[in-house]
Amino acid sequence: MDVTFTPEEEAFRKEVQSFLAENLPKLGKTSRREFETKEDFLGWHRILAKKGWVAPHWPTQYGGTGWNVTQRYIYNEESARAEAPALLPFGLSMVGPVIFTYGNEEQKKKFLPRILSGEDWWCQGYSEPGAGSDLASLKTRAVREGDHYIVNGQKTWTTLAQYADWIFCLVRTNPDVKQQEGITFLLSDMKTPGITVKPIIVLDGAHEVNEVFFDNVKVPVENRVGEENKGWTYAKFLLVNERSGIAGVARSKKAIERLKEIARAETTDGKPLIATDEFSRKIAETEVELSALEYTELRTLAQESKGQMAGPESSILKIKGTEIQQRLTELVVEAVGYYAYPYDRFFGENEYVPGPDYAEAAAGNYFNMRKASIYGGSNEIQRGIIAKAVLGL
Amino acid sequence: MDFSFTEEQTLLRNSVQKYLADNYTFEHFKKISRTEPGWSQKDWKQFAELGLMAAPLPEAYGGLGGGPVDVMVVMEEFGKALVVEPYVSTVVVGGGFFNHGGSDAQKEEWLNKIAAGETVIAFAFAEPQGRFNFADLKTTAKKDGSGYTISGSKAVVLGAPWADALIVTARTAGGQRDAKGVSVFVVDKKAKGITTRDYPTVDGLHASEIAFENTPATLIGTADDGLKLIEQVTDEAIAAHASEAVGAMRVLVNATVEYSKTRKQFGVPIGKFQVLQHRMVDMFMNTEQSASITYMVTLKLGEGEVERKKAASAAKVQIGKAGRFVGQQAVQIHGGMGMTDELNVGHYFKRLTMLDTLYGNVDHHLKRYAELG
Ligand SMILES: Cc1cc2nc3c(=O)[nH]c(=O)nc-3n(C[C@H](O)[C@H](O)[C@H](O)COP(=O)(O)OP(=O)(O)OC[C@H]3O[C@@H](n4cnc5c(N)ncnc54)[C@H](O)[C@@H]3O)c2cc1C
Repeated sequence: MDVTFTPEEEAFRKEVQSFLAENLPKLGKTSRREFETKEDFLGWHRILAKKGWVAPHWPTQYGGTGWNVTQRYIYNEESARAEAPALLPFGLSMVGPVIFTYGNEEQKKKFLPRILSGEDWWCQGYSEPGAGSDLASLKTRAVREGDHYIVNGQKTWTTLAQYADWIFCLVRTNPDVKQQEGITFLLSDMKTPGITVKPIIVLDGAHEVNEVFFDNVKVPVENRVGEENKGWTYAKFLLVNERSGIAGVARSKKAIERLKEIARAETTDGKPLIATDEFSRKIAETEVELSALEYTELRTLAQESKGQMAGPESSILKIKGTEIQQRLTELVVEAVGYYAYPYDRFFGENEYVPGPDYAEAAAGNYFNMRKASIYGGSNEIQRGIIAKAVLGL
Repeated sequence: MDFSFTEEQTLLRNSVQKYLADNYTFEHFKKISRTEPGWSQKDWKQFAELGLMAAPLPEAYGGLGGGPVDVMVVMEEFGKALVVEPYVSTVVVGGGFFNHGGSDAQKEEWLNKIAAGETVIAFAFAEPQGRFNFADLKTTAKKDGSGYTISGSKAVVLGAPWADALIVTARTAGGQRDAKGVSVFVVDKKAKGITTRDYPTVDGLHASEIAFENTPATLIGTADDGLKLIEQVTDEAIAAHASEAVGAMRVLVNATVEYSKTRKQFGVPIGKFQVLQHRMVDMFMNTEQSASITYMVTLKLGEGEVERKKAASAAKVQIGKAGRFVGQQAVQIHGGMGMTDELNVGHYFKRLTMLDTLYGNVDHHLKRYAELG
C-alpha cells in the first residue's frame, strides 16, 4: 500500500503544470457565464487536441496518451486546480469509447479523429419523455428499409443539442421482445431532414437542454454501432463511464478552495465569515467527505489499473460526488448573503452585476446543480443499483 | 386552546384565494415578473379593494383592526401564488414602523395611505459588510435643520424599483456596529441625492442598489434608539414570510404527490417506490412543522421582547431548513421536469431558497436563538 508519487510521477506533474501555465492564458476570454457559447467549450478542447492530450483515457492507437491511471489522476487534478475548462463528455467520454470498443473500422476512422479534433460536436439521445429512469422502455422507433433505418419519435433533455453535429441514439428496432433486447445504438447527423431541436430552459435561465424530434429520419445502416438489437449492452457500458465521470473530485477540491476564499472575503460582525464556528465547520465537513471520496476514487482507480473494470461501485462515486457538488453550491449561496439575489442573466456581457464577483451566479449555480442528482441515472436509481448489485438485496 | 380562525379571517382567506385563483395564475406570475415594471399595479389596487392592506392596520388610521393572524392568512395564499407585489415591505414593514414607532402625525399620514393601497414602501437596511446584522451600518444620517440628511448605500432593496418611499436605517451615533446610535428614517424615493440601480432577482422579484448623498430624511421614532424598533418590525416580517413559505411548501407537497401518482416508470407510478413515499412523507412533515411554527411566531409577536425574538428565530430556523428540503426534493422527485423553467415547481424552490436568506439565514437565527438563552 502506497499513495506517494514516484519521482517520475512528480516530474510528470511538473510537465502538466507548465503546460497549463503556458497554454491556459492563450484561451480567449470566455463569455460571462463561461459555458454559454460553442467557443467557450471548444477553445480548450482544441489546444489539448493539438498537444495530443484531449483523450488521455483512450487507447493510444486511437489517439490516447498512454498514461497510466496515476498519471491521469495527476493530470485531472492539475487541470482542475488550474481551472482549465471542463471538456464536454458526449464525444470524448461517451460515444468515443463506444465506437472504439464496439464500432467497426470504418466508424473508427470516420468518427474518432473528428471527436479528438473537436470538429464534431456530439449529443446524447437516450432519454425520452416516457423513458427517463426506466431507459429501456424507450419508444423511438427505427424500422429497417433497405440500407437505411427510418427513425420516428422523440428524445428529450438532450444537453446542448443546439450545437450538435451528431447525435447518438438508442432506438427501438424490435418491439416484440424483452425491452432490453430490442434496442439499437444509432448515430445520426443532426442535419438529416426530419430532425428538429426545441429548446428547454432550465431553472437558472440557461438554454442547456432540448427536445429532439425525429420525423421519418433516414439513418444509413452503416451508422449503426455493433449489432442490431444489442444496443443495450453498449448503452450500459457508456453509462458506467458517464457515472464515474460525474464524480468530479478534483473540481470539487477546487470549489472548496474557492468557497474558502469567499468565506474569507465575506464578513459578519466585523470578522471574516470563515472565522465563525458555524460556517467553518460546514466547510470542514464537506472537505472531510470529499477526502473520503477522493480515496474511494483512488481505490477504484487502483483496481482499474489492475485491469478490473469499474463496476457498480461507480455508483458510489456518482452519488457522493454529486451530493458534494450540490452542497458546495449551496454553501456559496449561504456565504454570499443578500448578493445571491440579483439575477445575473439580466445583465449584459460587460455590465457590472451588483455584489462581489464571486457572488455572481451563486444562486443560479445552486439551482442548476440540482440536475446532478437527476441525470446520469438519478441518485435513487444509483442507490438501487448498489442495493441490488453490491449488497445482493 | 383554539387554532380556529374568526369569521372575518375565514372570509379574508376565501376572498384572497378566489381572487388569486381567478387572476394570479402561474402564467400571470411569469408574465408580470418578466416584463416591465415587474409587478402588477392592477393586482395591487385589487388587493387594496379586497381590504388586504387594511386588514392588519388599526381602525383609527383606515385599517380594519386585525393583526398578525390576518397577515398570516394573506401571506399563505400569496405564497401559494408566488405573488411578487411588495405587500410585506409596505404593510408589515412600512406599516409596522409607523404603527410602532411613528408620531401621531406620521401614523395619520402614512397608515391611511398604506391601508388604501396608495403607497408602496421598500425597506433599505442591508449593507454589503453587514451581512445580517442590522446594526452594522456605514450609512450615516446627520441633523440638518428640523430634519436629517442621509449618506451611504444600501444593497438589494427588495421592491425598491416600485417604491414611493423608502424606510432607511442609518447610523446617527456610535461606532459602525454599536447597538446604540441606529436610527430609522423615511425617505421620499424621489428625493434629491438618490441614485438607484434596478434589477430582477433570481426568484422573480425586483430590487435596487441604492446610493444616498445628503438625501433629506425624516426620523421615525427616537434617534439613536432604532434597533429595538427594527427588530420588532422585522420579527413581524419574518412571521409574514414564514407564512408565505408555508404556502409555497404546501403547493410543492401537493404537486409532488400528484405527480408521483401519474408519472410512471418501470410500469408503475413512481409514488409506489417506498423510498419516494418516505421522502414525500418527510416533505409533508416538514411542511406541517413549518405551519406550526408559523402559528407560534404569529401568536407570540405581541409577547415580551425575548419571547418574540426567540419565536422569530425559531421560525427562521425551522422554515429555512424545511424550505430547502421541500424545495430540493420537489425538484428531485419531478426528475428532469423539476429542472425546467416551464414548470411551476422550480419557481417555488427558488422563492423558498431566497426566503431563507431574507432577514438572516438558518445559521444566523440558530445563533441568535441560542444567545437568547
Ligand atoms: C440538466 C439535464 C441534462 C440532461 N442531459 C441529458 C442528455 O444529454 N441526454 C439524455 O439522454 N438525457 C439527459 N438527461 C436526462 C436524465 O438522464 C433524466 O432526467 C433522468 O434519467 C431521470 O429521468 P426523468 O427525468 O424522466 O425522471 P423520472 O425517471 O420520471 O424520475 C422521477 C423521480 O422518480 C425517481 N425514480 C424513478 N424510478 C425510481 C425507482 N425505481 N426507485 C426509486 N426512485 C425512482 C427518480 O429518481 C426521480 O427522483 C438530462 C437531464 C437533466 C436534468
